[in-house]
Amino acid sequence: MVTTTDKKIKHPEIWEILEKVKDPEIPVISVVDLGIIRAVVKENGKVIITITPTYSGCPAMSVIRLEVTTALLDEGYQNIEIVTVLHPAWTTKWMSEKGKKALREYGIAPPLDDQADEIELFGEMPAIQCPHCGSMNTKMTNKFGSTPCKSLHQCQDCLEPFDYFKCH
Amino acid sequence: MLSYTTYDPLTEYVLRCADNNLILGHRISEWCGHGPVLEQDIALTNMALDLLGQSRMYLKYAAELIGHNETEDSLAFLRDAMQFRNSLLVEQPNGDFAHTIIRSLIFDSFHYFFTEQLMQSNDKRLADIATKSLKEITYHRKFSSEWTIRLGDGTEESNKRMQTAIDDLWRYKGELLSPDELDMEMLEKGIGVDLNKIEPLVDNHLSDMLNRATLQIPQAEFMQKGGKQGLHSEHLGYILAELQFMQRAYPGLNW
Repeated sequence: MVTTTDKKIKHPEIWEILEKVKDPEIPVISVVDLGIIRAVVKENGKVIITITPTYSGCPAMSVIRLEVTTALLDEGYQNIEIVTVLHPAWTTKWMSEKGKKALREYGIAPPLDDQADEIELFGEMPAIQCPHCGSMNTKMTNKFGSTPCKSLHQCQDCLEPFDYFKCH
Repeated sequence: MLSYTTYDPLTEYVLRCADNNLILGHRISEWCGHGPVLEQDIALTNMALDLLGQSRMYLKYAAELIGHNETEDSLAFLRDAMQFRNSLLVEQPNGDFAHTIIRSLIFDSFHYFFTEQLMQSNDKRLADIATKSLKEITYHRKFSSEWTIRLGDGTEESNKRMQTAIDDLWRYKGELLSPDELDMEMLEKGIGVDLNKIEPLVDNHLSDMLNRATLQIPQAEFMQKGGKQGLHSEHLGYILAELQFMQRAYPGLNW
């Protein structure tokens, strides 16, 4: 598996620009840290960016494509193509540690490393740490949240509600 | 050549997948702002969004197969009811919350095992769409299964409503799992799903959930069919009247 870090060896100047493009719904995490930029290629003066969607119905995707294009135009690139690929399907495993840290600081619990909350039909959710006070004494209030990628939780110690970025 | 078809077999097959998602997504989106509690309103809206997103992937593929000036939008907004290939189940009205949950339970059980098999399709594009969709469908199946148990094994009133819903909707299950000519042709080519193979998996899941929910599996043998071939109930026309209004009233409108 080629990691994002390996791929950045080529065209670091482009990756640097992409780092500045944030997820419009979660403005603290860049599209790079989210893991949706799959490739950056330069061909005959053309910049080709390959993106993969998070959830298939995520309305942020069209905004992200636009913002990636705008960011490159701002830096003087004229000839830009955004390609969308479905395979391999995006997974939260591609989210960077930097991205997870940014989510936590923003008040969203980042996805756990394992996929315990994903497969089982009626499995118990693993304990999610409250991003506000750090308590592990939390409960899920809804599997579905404000965006397709999140579920709703509440801390039983500080009583604050919070979002959890689901494993996917 | 099949008698009812508009397009080539692969396109017809892709449209079946697309239309099931599009029509059920639209139906579920009707709950937006009307959910019984806020959490379930959000959950239903999320699932509607997933289904619309999956539908777009299939419709985009179908549009590419058709060529000319066809797009995902023209396929969604400019086909008439007879050209839609969704199963009858997904166009059934929301009814009460019990009908919505049972409709989803039956569809999600089918959709989960169907998509899992479609991941093995030798049509790379279909396999990719299936792989992308399955994670989302996993959440949907969990949701409808949990609510089936909660409401079936709930109060006297909720049990009664759930039993009525399953009795009403059971007749639309058969179509999902009965292969027709097109299903057979796609299976032979290694593109489509073997419906006979997934039928026991779907039935096992359904009977497990209904048993846990203390609901009776209907004994009725009769299964209503036709949607896959474009013969729909009157409900689809009303759905399209709303879904397609903007493009019909203002052709080519953009935003």
